[in-house]
Amino acid sequence: MPAPRTKFYQVGSFAVGNRLLPPEQRAVQAAPDRGNALTSGHRACRGCGEALGARYAIDAAIRATGGRMIAVNATGCLEVFSTPYPETAWQVSWIHSLFGNAPAVATGVAAALKAKGRTDVRVVGQGGDGGTVDIGFACLSGMFERGDDVLYICYDNQAYMNTGVQRSGATPPAARTATTPVPGGNAFGQGKNAPLIAMAHEIPYVATATVADLRDLEYKVRRAMDFRGARYLHILVPCPLGWVTDACDTIRVARLATESGLFPVFEAEGGEVTGVTRIRRRIPVDDYLRLQSRYAHLFADPPRTDVIARIQASADRNIRRFGLVD
Amino acid sequence: MLRQMEGSQAVAETVALCRPEVICAYPISPQTHIVEALSRITRAGRLGTCEYVNVESEFAALSACIGASAAGARTYTATASQGLLYMAEALYNASGLGLPIVMTVANRAIGAPINIWNDHSDSMSQRDSGWIQLYAETNQEAVDLHVQAYALAEELSLPVMVCMDGFVLTHAFERVDLPSQEQVDAFVPAYEPRQVLDPDDPVSIGAMVGPEAFTEVRYLAHARHLEALERIPAVAASFEAAFGRRSGGLVRGYRTEDADTVVLALGSVLGTIKDVIDELRESGEPVGAATLTAFRPFPFAALRALLGCKRHVVVVERAFSTGVGGIVSADVRAALPDAEVRTVVAGLGGRPVTKAALRGLLTAGEPEPLTFLDLDRDLVARELARVRARRRSGPSAENMLRDLAGGG
Ligand SMILES: Cc1ncc(C[n+]2csc(CCOP(=O)(O)OP(=O)(O)O)c2C)c(N)n1
Ligand code: SF4
Ligand SMILES: [Mg+2]
Repeated sequence: MPAPRTKFYQVGSFAVGNRLLPPEQRAVQAAPDRGNALTSGHRACRGCGEALGARYAIDAAIRATGGRMIAVNATGCLEVFSTPYPETAWQVSWIHSLFGNAPAVATGVAAALKAKGRTDVRVVGQGGDGGTVDIGFACLSGMFERGDDVLYICYDNQAYMNTGVQRSGATPPAARTATTPVPGGNAFGQGKNAPLIAMAHEIPYVATATVADLRDLEYKVRRAMDFRGARYLHILVPCPLGWVTDACDTIRVARLATESGLFPVFEAEGGEVTGVTRIRRRIPVDDYLRLQSRYAHLFADPPRTDVIARIQASADRNIRRFGLVD
Repeated sequence: MLRQMEGSQAVAETVALCRPEVICAYPISPQTHIVEALSRITRAGRLGTCEYVNVESEFAALSACIGASAAGARTYTATASQGLLYMAEALYNASGLGLPIVMTVANRAIGAPINIWNDHSDSMSQRDSGWIQLYAETNQEAVDLHVQAYALAEELSLPVMVCMDGFVLTHAFERVDLPSQEQVDAFVPAYEPRQVLDPDDPVSIGAMVGPEAFTEVRYLAHARHLEALERIPAVAASFEAAFGRRSGGLVRGYRTEDADTVVLALGSVLGTIKDVIDELRESGEPVGAATLTAFRPFPFAALRALLGCKRHVVVVERAFSTGVGGIVSADVRAALPDAEVRTVVAGLGGRPVTKAALRGLLTAGEPEPLTFLDLDRDLVARELARVRARRRSGPSAENMLRDLAGGG
């Protein structure tokens, strides 16, 4: 019997932080001079997907711009846990104005930089799903439509988390929130698909990502920075508090969201899909839903197999629509 | 240079002379001519690299100004009425952040009922938003106040609203003395922000502040307004020295010497009021007028110095607080505790404030503490009767219009 080949941890893998890879393949986080946009010590919950996603996204933006960037933040968990005065965790130029105006504030920053001939400095707007798809939606659409030179990042945790887990226009069907209680949870047939709406504006670049694939997330930020004009990145960031998951399961839940087909990961240029991340090991939505107590009512006695089947159907539709399975 | 021109054009030309770097605006009557003119001026290249951003709402207009100002650009916007209310959340934010944005408010009524004509309900509703509020009496003063506004805003790091009466001033053609570029450049030096979004020196602007420092941050805003009480007359004085014209300041008297009764107001209605004062003076009445230019901060001391010894003060207001009465009057009463202060609500939604009505008011025997000038009491009584007669009496506004048209 041949001796089993010893696998050294990380060798040949693309795990984030791998300094054994050739430099060009290393993650932004592996670089000794990484930006470290958001320093530790902030007040996010344990296992917060948004904190992770924001740090990777802004670090990647710092890398892509050589540190020549300004961040504009909407009100929400990210703003609240990162800034209570005077302990800002931000190491970049950063402004927070209101809940619903981050895209417009970013427009203003970009306009000022353009007027001053400082187009080397880039602008990143960011907010939660509520700040993006609901209250800030008009500002976002206006920013897209005008083609202002802003990368806007939505950290989608599928509810208004900062105010205690209320339903947003990005809350998925059947999910329990404080304003869509059981029985029932959130309704079917509602909600907005912000990435597709962004694509309908035919802006240069739209992409989705999750915190389960941080290399892909970093790539998409870098890719977005190759373009000028309005760009949109929609990142799925599980929230242990609102999804009622274990803090150690954040990455796993995000991965299952993509592997089930519920959250398609893709990129699009000028309104056309140019790339999708195929599902490596397709799983039934059951596996994804079961980990989260916001769906516990679906698995009670008797289980709501009808509801689970409807969720499965929407995953199947995504898989067909985006060609997520070969 | 003396020119015969529309108020809006004059303001747009003046704003252009102040060299804004970012202009964001959303159209609303009666502000439109100002922003249209500025878009033409920008498009013609007269403002160099200035960015003119056509935004999708007033909320976005001011929000974009907030971003641009925080990034170190001199910014401008203009609005009125519903647009100012639509900005409300961003108004407080701009002042809370201490961003020196200058905005023209082409004063207009607020609906419902929707009404595009002039009164002061819009800017008065934002009395406590933390913005400096200056009211122009004439188009010349509107021009001059914009130049002073940039100087004040940037010196104090506070946003400034220049309020001018919609249509009455914005659409009126008058002779205006436009300053030269050299004069304005000397008066408004390049903008040096106190705080700026700069990748070379990163700061966090707009961080959350808890109970441990919130009061102090808010108090500082108040302290800056108190400082503005010193700076507004100082800037007006240096303006007079540089331009040879008196404009702005806190409050001005007109024939107040030996006057027993003084009529105080804001904005263009002072023209009519002064005519009435002249006429009454001719018949020997001891009356005068006062122009309140700065409403926020409120010039308590200056008002006391000007009118402290007067027995009667009549405040003519183009807005009121429902269920209370005068808005400006409340502050005037606090400033002049020994005077008998009367409130006259006049000129709402564009109703003309006539000399006859003012004269009647000043010569009437028994003055009331709160008067609605030219109020059609019969019309109101008939509508109240309709409301009493039937539960579903219908929309009052329509009922009263039909009544006026003779439809019963
Ligand atoms: C105009 C306005 N309405 C409501 C709020 C209250 N509020 C603050 S954050 C927030 C929820 C944020 O949700 P989201 O944008 O999804 O970000 P998250 O906290 O989930 O990351 C709400 C409702 C506010 N600050 N401003
Ligand atoms: S509530 Fe959710 S999004 Fe907010 S800090 Fe906690 S884990 Fe993060
Ligand atoms: Mg959210």
